[in-house]
Amino acid sequence: MRGATHARWAACAVAAALAAAGCGGGGDGSGAGGAEGIVSSSWGDPQNPLEPANTNEVQGGKVLDMIFRGLKRYNPKTGAAEDMLAEKIETTDSVTFRITVKDGWTFSNGEQVTASSFVNAWNYGASLKNNQKNAYFFGYIEGYDQVHPEKGQQTAETLSGLKVTGPLTFTVKLTQKFSTWPDTLGYAAFAPLPKAFFDSHDSWVAKPVGNGPYTVDSYARGSKMSLRTWDGYPGTDKAKNGGIDLIVYTDNNTAYTSLIAGNLDLVDDVPAAQLKNVQADLGDRYINTPAGIIQTIAFPYYQKAWNTPGGAKVRTGLSKAINREQITDTIFLKTRTPAKDWTSPVLGEDGGFDPTLCGDACEYDPAAAKKLIQEGGGLPGGQVKISYNADTGSHKDWVDAVCNSINNALGNTKACVGNPVGTFADFRDQITQLKMSGPFRAGWQMDYPLIQNFLQPLYYTNASSNDGKWSNKQFDKLVDQANAESDTAKAVDTFKQAERVVRDQMAAIPLWYQNGSAGYSERLSDVALNPFSVPVYNEITVS
Amino acid sequence: MGRYVIRRLLQMIPVFIGTTLLIFLMVNVMGDPVAGLCGDRQCDPATAAQLRKEFGLDKPVLQQYLIYMGNLFTGDFGTAFNGQPVTELMADAFPVTIRLTLVAIFFEIVIGITLGVVTGLRRGRPVDTGVLLATLVVISVPTFVTGLLLQLLLGYEWGIIDPSVSPEAPLDELIVPGLVLASVSLAYVTRLSRTSIAENARADYVRTAVAKGLPRRRVVGRHLLRNSLIPVITFIGTDIGALMGGAIVTERIFNIHGVGYQLYQGILRQNSQTVVGFVTILVLVFLLANLIVDLLYAVLDPRIRYA
Repeated sequence: MRGATHARWAACAVAAALAAAGCGGGGDGSGAGGAEGIVSSSWGDPQNPLEPANTNEVQGGKVLDMIFRGLKRYNPKTGAAEDMLAEKIETTDSVTFRITVKDGWTFSNGEQVTASSFVNAWNYGASLKNNQKNAYFFGYIEGYDQVHPEKGQQTAETLSGLKVTGPLTFTVKLTQKFSTWPDTLGYAAFAPLPKAFFDSHDSWVAKPVGNGPYTVDSYARGSKMSLRTWDGYPGTDKAKNGGIDLIVYTDNNTAYTSLIAGNLDLVDDVPAAQLKNVQADLGDRYINTPAGIIQTIAFPYYQKAWNTPGGAKVRTGLSKAINREQITDTIFLKTRTPAKDWTSPVLGEDGGFDPTLCGDACEYDPAAAKKLIQEGGGLPGGQVKISYNADTGSHKDWVDAVCNSINNALGNTKACVGNPVGTFADFRDQITQLKMSGPFRAGWQMDYPLIQNFLQPLYYTNASSNDGKWSNKQFDKLVDQANAESDTAKAVDTFKQAERVVRDQMAAIPLWYQNGSAGYSERLSDVALNPFSVPVYNEITVS
Repeated sequence: MGRYVIRRLLQMIPVFIGTTLLIFLMVNVMGDPVAGLCGDRQCDPATAAQLRKEFGLDKPVLQQYLIYMGNLFTGDFGTAFNGQPVTELMADAFPVTIRLTLVAIFFEIVIGITLGVVTGLRRGRPVDTGVLLATLVVISVPTFVTGLLLQLLLGYEWGIIDPSVSPEAPLDELIVPGLVLASVSLAYVTRLSRTSIAENARADYVRTAVAKGLPRRRVVGRHLLRNSLIPVITFIGTDIGALMGGAIVTERIFNIHGVGYQLYQGILRQNSQTVVGFVTILVLVFLLANLIVDLLYAVLDPRIRYA
């Protein structure tokens, strides 16, 4: 009878395995889209918990843009900061701002939006103990260094510069003059938060409640978020569709295939491999517009070899050795635009974009390039190695192309080589640890459409994203001057003067502006991308 | 038998500790994961330090490992970077992948063994040559090519299936991905059972069975198949673990949010908690599958006994 016993043992084991698998069954099998006026859109899994002051990438930002409205909102077409919840923002000295919040706004759970909704949210965002990745946005407000010291424990719970003066009014005191500061308030980090956020944080994160045109209907983390139009929304930019289903795609190729097969309505990242088919597949349902993103090559100024008196000539020479037109045409199929300055076309010429600013220094001229590099003392160590992360974003392709261009210009096949780093985290790690030995790829996506945002965080001495540790007294002085300027046009002009310092020193080589790309199904119309390359969801209509 | 099972279960402990330690060390030498959390800009040093503390990254690696293992025994697999407990990620991902694996195994067993028996009994005939050729093609074409091709043809050109699987991943949507996942193993199962059947078809006991006048069905089903299946079962058993871990390509193509997807995200974001947790479970699955295979031997062939 031993055999029989064995058989039973085995049968039990198999049964147990099958039962374990069986537990996982179920699911209602409802497909996305197709329902009344619901748009299904591709999405990526947000990297961080969905809190306004903790979301620093596009995927989470998309959701915040739908469920939140702040004091200001950037016009989806022009990028100009316009009053949203702000009744008025007044200042006499560009340091203290008196803010009045519009009456009659509520969160979708019925709670009123008051001055405290903002002040509490900002204090939460700035506080070190909450680990908010966008805390530095509150860095201009007085008391930030006590709430968020660079080292050690925080000595205050709240920002001393924030004071509630009435149910709908509060004042903000900055540590320095910053005339265009109100224009930064359209950024998601400055969104108001309801009491529910502080009372039961976990359940709020599981299903965020905001004051925007959409409410979160259901959220299965990592796979799908259903947003529905909030009927009680008091704003003028009400949603023109029934709702948005954001569906996480692991691979944007799959999302694209789903779109052309008719199972998905909107893809906001057309994969590079499909760009050559996109005209045939989508025709005019393909959008390719500039976004507030610029890509550059940065240098490690903390390395002696890259911080020489003749360095500016070498860097300008390298810039002139790069054939931007050819690379954006052949590698990016015109989804990048050759850079003409250090900002972005989305600013508009009034906002500080200047297509003539870089001028000669950004024009391809192999002969001049060679001459400049020789005059500047030649390439440090005889060779440049451009570091990039190899895991995402097909950076290898363009780095190789840039190197080819430099090598051809200098007539030396070993003048430039790519230096891949395995993962993005490792790449960023090496940068923050100041371990870069040569130039490295850098990208900047604007937080808000201001020329200040393209210059100060990147090139001001010890600024938050000054990865190359570039430092120039004249530049710093001009930026301070510009920030203190109460007239916007004059401020922009002064910032442009500062940008000319960046150009003359070639602090970083501007490469190209990145475009936002999207494709959509025949069901949709009025699809557009805002300057942050995020679809303007509330304007989309479904037929 | 009971003793054997217990011994096998005890053997799992060192394997378990060894693999988790290895994975832990490997993920940790890749650099500081917090550096990648702030996108193309630097996390401000205070926040970065605070995050490191929260995820326990400020301690030496070995101490991190000990703390991690300690938590593991209380059922705490740590927290992913998006603030979700890893156990929650597992509860989402494993059922999907297990379903996908079962579909794949089902195809392997049904199609693979059927084809194997048919070709094994008709060696050298056109059917045999045809199937051999077909399996050769399947084996030589990489899974992602088969996957993308089927997705494009069935999903886009002919519109029979959705090109991507919905988040709930019901069984009917997993048929094509399951077939893709199974394809290479299926070909191996076919070839393995074909050889095994062909060999045993000339064995003495089969001749005896035929001479006794047993009906052909009984000869093939009871005598021939049962003896020929042992190598096939071994293969399928070890394949369960390989399929679950290897689903990463298929899952990516068809947008299935299973184990492969979570592992991919975890590796990309250098999230050691996610990666170590999922690999730990995969190791356990692998070990269990092997145990079941060993137990099944006894069913198929009573001569194979364990003290």
